[in-house]
Amino acid sequence: MTTSLLTTEVAKQINEHLPGAVVETTDAAILVNGNSLLDVADFFKNTAGLDFDYLTTITAVDYYQYFEVIYLFVSMEHNHSLVVKARCSRENPSLPSLVSLWRSADHQEREIYDLMGITFEGHPNMKRIVLWPEFQGHPLRKDYL
Amino acid sequence: MEVSSGREHLYSDTELDLLEGQVIEDLKAASQEPISDPDSWLDEELSQNVLLTRLDWIINWGRRSSMWPVICFPACCAFEFISVMGPRFDMGRFGMEVLRASPRQADLLITAGTLTWKMAPNVRRIYNQMAEPKWVIAMGACGISGGIFRSSYNVVPGYNRIVPVDVYVPGCPPRPEALLYGIQMLQKKIARRGNFANGGQP
Repeated sequence: MTTSLLTTEVAKQINEHLPGAVVETTDAAILVNGNSLLDVADFFKNTAGLDFDYLTTITAVDYYQYFEVIYLFVSMEHNHSLVVKARCSRENPSLPSLVSLWRSADHQEREIYDLMGITFEGHPNMKRIVLWPEFQGHPLRKDYL
Repeated sequence: MEVSSGREHLYSDTELDLLEGQVIEDLKAASQEPISDPDSWLDEELSQNVLLTRLDWIINWGRRSSMWPVICFPACCAFEFISVMGPRFDMGRFGMEVLRASPRQADLLITAGTLTWKMAPNVRRIYNQMAEPKWVIAMGACGISGGIFRSSYNVVPGYNRIVPVDVYVPGCPPRPEALLYGIQMLQKKIARRGNFANGGQP
């Protein structure tokens, strides 16, 4: 079975290479700064011992004051996983895209853009995927009626 | 020395041989003349070989007995439809076991499942491609009214928004028996159709 890595130890590694990237560490997940998300992801993918070669899931949550995007990374090589979160404000809902590192991010980021209205900078094809282009609003936001 | 078989027989071997021979003799005695070939009706009067019917009735009989559904099942009611197709409920008893992958060869659209607005133009297009005459059965709560998803931002509230519906089959999903009953209702509806009188209206 896939084991989840200890968040505190991974957060320590991130802090050594990318100071200031980690905002908060809980038992379940590491909350990283939105601006350094791409650097953290690159560190995850290309560091020996971590080797996260598979991005399984991206989801987003509306917490009224801000949006939180949750990434689930898995390493097929070492059979371990890790949950990473990043936040963006309601006024400027934008985060860096991870398509350049994992192609599996493509459709999931488009779905989040479609239903939650978060723009992923650097995505090659940032348009609606579930709804049609003329649709108004983003239905999974809490203030959508 | 006599060897006993250890069993009591009703007839001796000789008597059995005689009985068997009697059967053959009886059959042979009764079979001296050939039986006439069953072609005597060929020489009968024409009146016994003509079936009088209405053209309307015979056309409707042909149509209702060979309804071919098009493959267009957007959601989960399709699985109930599959069990109707299968050997347990066997829709083929009603002349519609042939699922058509091409709408141009199909007569019946069974709307098995929730329809989203994004999918709606494609279902409308399949309906338009079907050749006349064509019929629609709205299957399940979603097909009738959108069901529990009726107020959703992306669900068509009933197939009758985009295609005309002939028979509504309620249920979530409907039991296979319910769908079969709906199909039989549609067959009764087709049986009453006038193809020539009244401008093709029943």
